[in-house]
Amino acid sequence: MNSKIKKASRHTNQNAGLIFEKSSPGKRAFDLPPLDVPAIDPEKALGSAHRRGGVEGFPEVSEIEVIRHFTRLSTWNYAIDLGMYPLGSCTMKYNPRVNEYIARLAGLATEHPSQPQELSQGCLKILSLLEKCLLEITGMDAITLQPAAGAQGELTGLLLTRAYHEKSGNPRRKVLIPDSAHGTNPATAVIAGYEVENIKSNAEGQVDIGKLRAQVTEDVAALMLTNPSTLGIFEQQIPEIAAILHGKGALLYMDGANMNALAGVTRPGELGVDVMHLNLHKTFSTPHGGGGPGAGPVAIKKILEPFLPVPVLVEKVDGKLALDFHRKESIGRVKAFSGNFGVLVRALAYILAYGPGIRQATEDAVLNANYIRKHLEPDFDLPYARPSMHEVVFSDALQKKNGVNTVDIAKRLIDYGFHPYTTAFPLIVPGALMIEPTESEDKEECDLFIDAMKSIAEEAEKTPEVVRTAPHTTRVRRLDEVGAARKPILRWKPAASRSEAAD
Amino acid sequence: MRYLPKSPAERQEMLAAIGINSIEELFSSIPEPYRLKKPLDLPGPLSETELIQYFQARAAENSAGYTSFLGAGVYNHLRSVVTDTILQRGEFLTSYTPYQAEISQGTLQAIFEFQTLMCQLTGQEVANASMYDGSTATTEAVLMAERLTGRRRVLVARSVHPEYRDVLRTYAKNSGLKIEEIPYSAAGRVDSNELKTALRDDVCALVVQSPNFFGALENLAPLADAAHASGALLVTAIAEALSLGVVKSPTEADIVAMEAQSFGLAPSYGGPFAGVVAAREKFVRQMPGRLAGQTTDQDGRRGFVLTLATREQHIRREKATSNICTNQALCALAATVHLALLGKEGIREMAEQNLAKAQYTLEELEKIPGIKRTFKAPFFNEFTVELPRSVKIVNAELLKDKIVGPFVLGAAYSELSKHALVCVTETATRGEIERFAGCVRRALEQPL
Repeated sequence: MNSKIKKASRHTNQNAGLIFEKSSPGKRAFDLPPLDVPAIDPEKALGSAHRRGGVEGFPEVSEIEVIRHFTRLSTWNYAIDLGMYPLGSCTMKYNPRVNEYIARLAGLATEHPSQPQELSQGCLKILSLLEKCLLEITGMDAITLQPAAGAQGELTGLLLTRAYHEKSGNPRRKVLIPDSAHGTNPATAVIAGYEVENIKSNAEGQVDIGKLRAQVTEDVAALMLTNPSTLGIFEQQIPEIAAILHGKGALLYMDGANMNALAGVTRPGELGVDVMHLNLHKTFSTPHGGGGPGAGPVAIKKILEPFLPVPVLVEKVDGKLALDFHRKESIGRVKAFSGNFGVLVRALAYILAYGPGIRQATEDAVLNANYIRKHLEPDFDLPYARPSMHEVVFSDALQKKNGVNTVDIAKRLIDYGFHPYTTAFPLIVPGALMIEPTESEDKEECDLFIDAMKSIAEEAEKTPEVVRTAPHTTRVRRLDEVGAARKPILRWKPAASRSEAAD
Repeated sequence: MRYLPKSPAERQEMLAAIGINSIEELFSSIPEPYRLKKPLDLPGPLSETELIQYFQARAAENSAGYTSFLGAGVYNHLRSVVTDTILQRGEFLTSYTPYQAEISQGTLQAIFEFQTLMCQLTGQEVANASMYDGSTATTEAVLMAERLTGRRRVLVARSVHPEYRDVLRTYAKNSGLKIEEIPYSAAGRVDSNELKTALRDDVCALVVQSPNFFGALENLAPLADAAHASGALLVTAIAEALSLGVVKSPTEADIVAMEAQSFGLAPSYGGPFAGVVAAREKFVRQMPGRLAGQTTDQDGRRGFVLTLATREQHIRREKATSNICTNQALCALAATVHLALLGKEGIREMAEQNLAKAQYTLEELEKIPGIKRTFKAPFFNEFTVELPRSVKIVNAELLKDKIVGPFVLGAAYSELSKHALVCVTETATRGEIERFAGCVRRALEQPL
C-alpha cells in the first residue's frame, strides 16, 4: 500500500456462529405479560390435526446473547455510516437519523391500514404532501405511491401503458429497451406481457436516433429509457426521442433510478416523459437496509390517470382526504394495503429537510462525480467521454494488460477501507467501473478515494498479484461462489441430520 | 444544509480542480431550454426540530387513544426494543444488498438465519431472502407454479385475502393466466365439491390460505391430495405467521407464500413488511428473489454468499424468474431478531395467548343476544361472527367509545354485510376485551 494512504481499514474479526449453534434448551430472551384470561388447551381449540407441539430447531438463547450475536454480525458489514459507498446506480447517500425517529412515532408506526379513514387523516396528509412534492420535482401530472420498489414501479408503469393502449383498441406488442438498461427493465416488460426489443447505443453512449426512428413502429408500446443513462450521461436528445415515439402513438417511460442527477435542475415532465418511476431508497435517502425495503412511486401524465392502481388518494369537498377504491379503468392493485408507508414517511422528511435546496444536493452529487473523474482520468480508461452527471463509468482496459480486472480492483478497494464501486455494469462497457459518490461525501473522503484508486492502479502495474488476490484484510477472503451454486446449502440443519453442511 | 458536507470554499476548490468556473457548467449537457430557471416550489427547509413537530402533529390526527380489533392481514403484536436497537445499527441500516460478500457477512449470515427460521416455521425445505409482502409473495408463488407445471389455469379460494387476490389478478392479466375462484363452504373453508368440479389437468396451482381470511384453519391434506391428483401444485398463503407457533406447519403445500409482518414489524399503515416464498428443494431453481447460501473462502472458513443468481433479473434479464430486485431485507432482519428473542418457548407462549384471548373474546360476544359464530372451523386469533345488524352501523357506535371495531366483511364479500372479522392478539387485555364486548352489546341495543 502506498504510504500516503490515510484511511484505515475496519473489519472486525470476532467469531460468532449461527444463532442456532448457541441454543440450549430452557433459555429465552423475551417474557410476555402473564395471560389474564382463562388458559385453554390448544389441542381442544384446534384439534389434534392442526395442533403443533413446538417449532423444531428454533433457537433458545438469552437477551444478551441476541444482542451480542447481531452486534457482532453487524460489524462484519460495510455501511454508509462507515465511509464512502460509491456503488454506481445505487445512490448510497446519507440516511438522516431523524427520519428513523419519525417513522417510529406512535400515531404513525402504530396505524392499521384498514382503520377508518376519518382516523387516518394524519397518514393521508403525509401521503398527499409527498405526492405534491414528487410531482413538483418531476413535473408530472399524477402519481401513485403504491409500488414497493423500483422494479414494481416499472411494472406499474408498463401496466398503465398497456391499459392506455388497450383502451384505444391495441395493447401493442413490443417494449424497446436500450442495451445499457438495468436488468429489471426487460424482466418487467415480460411480466407486463410485452416482447423486449433491444436498441443499441451509438458510439457516444446515447440512443441512436436514426436507428430508433426505424425501430419505432405502431407495434411499439413504449421505450424504457434511463436518464441520465447508466453511463452517467444525460440523454441530450430526449425531447426528440419523445417526439419520435409520440409520432407513432408510443409512450416514453423513464427509469428514474438516476433522478439524483436531476432533482431541482430539470424536470422529466418537461422533457416529454409520459411515465416514470422513482426509487425513494436512492434519490430520497430512505435506508437500503441490506437490500430493502424501498418504494417505487410512479409519476404519470394526465393521459394515464384513469388507469392508476387503486386506491387513489383524493380530496373530498369538505377538505378531508380519502382513498377511492372505485375506479372503473384502474389496472387494479400491485400490492396489498397502502404501499410501504414507513418508507414514504422517511422520503417526505428528507424532502422537507431540504425544501427547494434539494438542488444543492444534486449539484454536489454531480460535482463529486466530476471531481473524481478528473483525478482518475489519467489512471483509468474512460470509454465514453461525454460530460458526466452524478456518476462516471471507467473500464479496466489499462489494468487488464497486467491481468487485473474490474472485480480485482473492486476487491482491492475493500483493503483501502471503501466499499467497491459497481462492477461489470452497464453491459455495454466491458470491465466497467461504475462510480457514484453522491452528495454525501466531503472533499476529503473524495480525495481519500482518489488516492486509493491511484494507488491500486500503481499496484496493478507493479504488484498485480496483490490486487488479483484481494481482499487481504477482511474476515473472510474471496468466497467460493461456484461451489455455493453447484451444491446449494440454503439453511442450517442440526448436526445429527446434517449431511452436507460443513463448518 | 446540515446533510451536505462541503463549505463554499471547498466547492470552489473542486470546481477549479475540474477546470470549470461555475456549477452551471456541470449541467451543460442538459439542453438549455430544459434547465429549470426557478427554484422548485417545495415546503421547507425544516430543521430537525420542525420536522419532528410536523410529523408529531400528523400522528396526532390518527387513531391515538383508540383500542383496535382489526387484523385482516396486519397484526398488532408485542415487539421488543431489542429488535429496533439492532435494526438501527448503521451497519445493518445503511448497507446495500450484500453482493460484495467479503464485507457483507453480517447481512448474509442474518439472511441465512432468516431462511432457516422460515423453513422451520413452514416445514418447507428452502425459503428465500424475502419478497415485498404476503400479497406479492402469493402472486410470485403462482407464477412459479406456472413455470413448474407449464399450465395456465389457477384456482384461488375465495377465502384467500381479498387484496392478495387483487394483486394476483393484476399480475396475471397479461401473462395468460386464467384465474378462477373457488367458493367457501358452510364451515368457512374451501368448498371441496366445487373444487372437485373445477380441478382438471390444466390447473397449475390451487391457492388457499390458512388460517384463511375468515380466520378458519383449512384442512390442507385433502386439498393437497386433490391438487396433486390432477397434477397441480398446492400454494398455501399465510397472512398471520404467528399462527405457526401453535398450528401445524403446511408441510402438504408445495409452495408457501407468507407474510412475516407479525414478527417484529409495526403495522405502519400497511408497510414495509416482509413476504416469504418457501418451497420444496427440488423447485429451488424456479424460486423468485434472492437466496443466501453457505460456502467457504479460499482459506476454508465458513462464509455466506448470494447464490443461484442465474435466476435473477440482473443476470437473466427478460428470462429471469421474477423482476424483483430490491426486497425487504431490513424487515427480514427484524423478523430474524424478533424470532431469536422469542425462541422456541416464546413463540409457543405468544401463539397460545392469542388462541386463549380470541376464544375468550368469542365467548364474551356469544353471550350477547343475536350474535353467533359464522363458521365452525377452528381458528387462531381471528374469527367471524354474525351480528343482528350491519357491522358498519355497529362500528360507528364503537368509534364513540374510542374502539376501532372489527373488519367489515361486507366490504369484500357482499353476502357477509352483517358479518364481522374480529382479531384479538396478546396485546389486548382482559379489561379491553370485556369493554369491547360491553360496547358491542350497547351498540346493538341502540334504536336504529
